[in-house]
Amino acid sequence: MNIDIKRRTLLKGSVAAGVIGMAAGAGLVTPRMVLAAWPKSAFSATSVDAALKALFGSSDLTGSDKIKLKAPDIAENGAVVPVTVSVEGIDGVESISILAEKNANPLTSNYELADGTLPYIATRIKMGKTSSVIAVAKAGGRLYSTGKEVKVTIGGCGG
Amino acid sequence: MSLTRREFLQVLAAAGAAGFSLPAIGGGHSGRGGTHVDPYEIPRFGNVSLLHYTDCHAQLLPVYFREPHINLGVGNMKGRPPHLVGHRFLEYYGIRPGTPEAYAFTYLDFVEAARKYGKVGGFAHLATLVKKLREQRPGALLLDGGDTWQGSATALWTNAQDMVDAQKLLGVDVMTPHWEMTYGAKRVREIVEKDFKGRIDFVAQNIVDNEWEELVFTPYVIREINGVPVAIIGQAFPYTPIANPRYMIPDWSFGIREDHMQEMVDEARGKGAQVVVVLSHNGMDVDLKMARRVTGIDAILGGHTHDAVPRPVLVKNAGGKTIVTNAGSNGKFLSVLDLDVKNGRVRDFRYHLLPVFSNLLEPDPEMAAHIEKVRAPYKDRLEEKLAVTDTLLYRRGNFNGTFDQIICEALMDELGAEIAFSPGFRWGTTLLPGDTITFEDVMTQTAITYPSTTVNNLTGARIKEILEDVADNLFNKDPYYQQGGDMVRVGGLTYTMDPTADIGHRIRDMELDGKPIRPDKTYVVAGWANVHTPLDTRPVWDVVASWLREQKVVSVEKVNTPRLVNVRGNPGIESPSPA
Repeated sequence: MNIDIKRRTLLKGSVAAGVIGMAAGAGLVTPRMVLAAWPKSAFSATSVDAALKALFGSSDLTGSDKIKLKAPDIAENGAVVPVTVSVEGIDGVESISILAEKNANPLTSNYELADGTLPYIATRIKMGKTSSVIAVAKAGGRLYSTGKEVKVTIGGCGG
Repeated sequence: MSLTRREFLQVLAAAGAAGFSLPAIGGGHSGRGGTHVDPYEIPRFGNVSLLHYTDCHAQLLPVYFREPHINLGVGNMKGRPPHLVGHRFLEYYGIRPGTPEAYAFTYLDFVEAARKYGKVGGFAHLATLVKKLREQRPGALLLDGGDTWQGSATALWTNAQDMVDAQKLLGVDVMTPHWEMTYGAKRVREIVEKDFKGRIDFVAQNIVDNEWEELVFTPYVIREINGVPVAIIGQAFPYTPIANPRYMIPDWSFGIREDHMQEMVDEARGKGAQVVVVLSHNGMDVDLKMARRVTGIDAILGGHTHDAVPRPVLVKNAGGKTIVTNAGSNGKFLSVLDLDVKNGRVRDFRYHLLPVFSNLLEPDPEMAAHIEKVRAPYKDRLEEKLAVTDTLLYRRGNFNGTFDQIICEALMDELGAEIAFSPGFRWGTTLLPGDTITFEDVMTQTAITYPSTTVNNLTGARIKEILEDVADNLFNKDPYYQQGGDMVRVGGLTYTMDPTADIGHRIRDMELDGKPIRPDKTYVVAGWANVHTPLDTRPVWDVVASWLREQKVVSVEKVNTPRLVNVRGNPGIESPSPA
């Protein structure tokens, strides 16, 4: 239970950041204002390669089992697919990005981590259809990645 | 006229078998020689026994249930249990044709065998068998693998209360859910917190709340059996919010959650469990994969895919071996797992999947009284005679069964559609030629909490997309992407299917009245069991009953199944002999 309490505290701590998000949602501040360097071209890119190039200047990925990607095999709701990424055994992770290959704009999110931040991200992403979900961690100038197929189905007809 | 109990026993004695002693794995033939009066006298083995039934689908009374003649396995599942049917099944398990076991486990000569050996299951008969085995095996636990609260008119009309009370009478110790969830989160909680309190443990390690991902139910229990601590971990059907309406359980998330399963196994071992058993509603292919990847599980007692598998599959993994079973459906079977536990570990085991032959078991009076009581208020409605069938009516199989054909015809006729879709459920019992179809029989094919019928205008492209999507849930080569139902049943539309292809490429040559389906043309499609939004249209049983009343006599001569390619030599398909 301890871990859960800690996790809650941690998540409560992130409410402050959430407020900015809400303000952005309400049109009070634009994402561009919140994040000085909003990488527009990366988020509007229409392929994984283009998004990575726009974000990192390179799309060379090194597959790594040190990145753990947790996502459902079949999404219960394509609009909110829970994804967790954690990195263990790679020092100095600077950012974690999550991409859904078949989305019109594959880059769903990019988290820039301050020095000493635990490389652990739990989020929800939106998926239009069945696709490979790719997690990319940047460290020491290299891009490490892992991927997993998440199926989005019409539903029904089971049992 | 089916055999009397005495005649039935004579058949068994003539076959030289003492009891239903299918070759048990691990210890060879476990029956005794000579003749014996009671086929359910199963020699006890070891010191820890678990009794298990699953997917009874609320069938309180004895039924006929025809096993499939099509249960295809693709990829590395081809030809392996549970994907064997008919003759290939008998050969694999060493069962002789014409025996009661062949009747229980296969579709072969179904009508003739059903008339001879009679109905199967029924909770009053099951109760007698459970009591008998508990006497033979003091301390044994009774596990219910789920799909217990759904599948009959009385379960639906009593909001599952008839089954909940039956489970308590039967003495269920632990259960895990699937269709139970279709009564909605509130009702499930009410039953677990009130009816089951202190009686039945409702376990699921793979149901968490959407917000914090915290467990909704107890993940496992540790029970002592004859001094041995035994952990029972629950694994609910992982795709409940996809295969069934998510709006009924909006705050809960499911999934296979293999990592968490491993954590639970390790945790239970850490707490001193000497035996770890998973009570699973994954479906057998998923269980087999999970057994290869998760270590420390002694046995996975499985259900969901309704596979009656007489001998367990022993799966090797990094930590040792895991026994994987699947115990059929509709109250037809009771499985018995005997474990010999010494020095903190399982040393050996015996397994029996006992067919519940209603004619061989006296109904338990207390359970029989309960069943009569719950049926009494609905008697007239249940027994309404709608029509007579000239042909065998069944559902189970990868594609349309004869009962599905009736549902599809009824949907098209009554709702004015050119195409019909009916879900590929694996429940739904069987009627013999000459039987009267009652309203209750229609309900055993349709009794769900979201029965509304729909009529939609769908383009040919959309129709193909739907068929491809469902086909992939059935034939994906990775079992973790399968949902465990059969292919959607179709009326009007014909097509060719290659089960071995990938999604998007399995379905071709779609035709309606001999003309190709055009991707851009719109077609009127009737259906039921929409999982996306609650609707208030005519329930499917109303549509089917009304159609049957008009027909008076039905005869299903042709079943609309797809032309199959790339299945030659697959032991999961046979052409059935004419009924």
